[in-house]
Amino acid sequence: MPTEDDAGTWPDRLYDLLKAHAITQVALVPDAGHARLIRRCLADPALSVVTLTTEEEGVAMLCGAWLGGAKGVLLMQSSGVGNCVNMLSLALLHRTPLPMLVTMRGDFGEFNPAQVPMGSAAQAVLEAMGTLVRRADRAEDVVPTADATIRLAFNTFRPTATLIGQRVIGAKTFGKD
Amino acid sequence: MALPEPSGRLDRRALCRAVLADRGDMLVIAGLGAPAWDITAVGDCAANLPLWGGMGGAAMIGLGLALAQPLRRVLVITGDGEMLMGLGSLATIAVTRPPNLAILVQDNEHYGETGMQATHTHHGVDLVAMARGAGFARTLLVTRPEQVPDLRAAIHGAGLLFALAKIGAGAPPPVLPPRDGAFLQARLRETILGPAAHHQS
Repeated sequence: MPTEDDAGTWPDRLYDLLKAHAITQVALVPDAGHARLIRRCLADPALSVVTLTTEEEGVAMLCGAWLGGAKGVLLMQSSGVGNCVNMLSLALLHRTPLPMLVTMRGDFGEFNPAQVPMGSAAQAVLEAMGTLVRRADRAEDVVPTADATIRLAFNTFRPTATLIGQRVIGAKTFGKD
Repeated sequence: MALPEPSGRLDRRALCRAVLADRGDMLVIAGLGAPAWDITAVGDCAANLPLWGGMGGAAMIGLGLALAQPLRRVLVITGDGEMLMGLGSLATIAVTRPPNLAILVQDNEHYGETGMQATHTHHGVDLVAMARGAGFARTLLVTRPEQVPDLRAAIHGAGLLFALAKIGAGAPPPVLPPRDGAFLQARLRETILGPAAHHQS
């Protein structure tokens, strides 16, 4: 049931969702679309929040987290999906639960041409590497979709991703509206 | 004590044996290729995770595990080629500063599994300086057998550590660990978490 404030509060409710799933490790390369969620995570001393130099580090880190019984999530932008490709073989080989929350660029009103190739390929690339992918293109779908993909990851031992559409986040225009 | 090869450099298996002697409940991640064969030659066990892939990710697996299990010592043993593929992770790990993680690079200056092509360390790239530049407060460069007891003590002690040992290019026969990654993950989880490992959701 959509609520009036879905548009503005889904990042806060994603944070609540991570807590409800007992997530304790948050690996990320920053994205503007995740800025509010990242702020909430950084303010929580119970979370190990690790900023990565490249997204594939997060895939390996969460494989290590699960080895030690900790649950983690990887936050990134669609361009970061391309940086994860070979490392995802670890999660497939080990059958590691690996939920990813991906904010999309290049798929709805994009300004920057460089975001389009990886934005267009992100879902296909993830699926080619055995990742179960679901999209959320409306604000009210973000939290239920993230909940579903996090459950699928930990209940069925695989990499999963929620792609949060650029329509939800809004396209950055560098002042050229 | 790790004896040198005819090259004068440390023997990789003897080094690994010395480092892992009396390891207690230490958890060990080994990078793909020769480091995985080395820890298996010393003795395959549930507390070992030898990697078959994920090149460049060994140190970050160690970070995730060290954060998850702050009371257990975690050792990542990997090669120079594998470490060179994950240089950014040195910065990530140094900034995160887990006090229970040690990284040991066995540096033979070559890609051993693919025909012994030279790595960048053969041409002077200094991984110890890179680790120091990333912010590792404690680093060790080991080139002689008489340094190995100090290396072992640092690895088994407390604090974040980056160590690099110059080893010979000799390639002892591979001693292969199990190849099923799901088995390797499950047995390590069970040795840490007990039977509850298989019921976590």
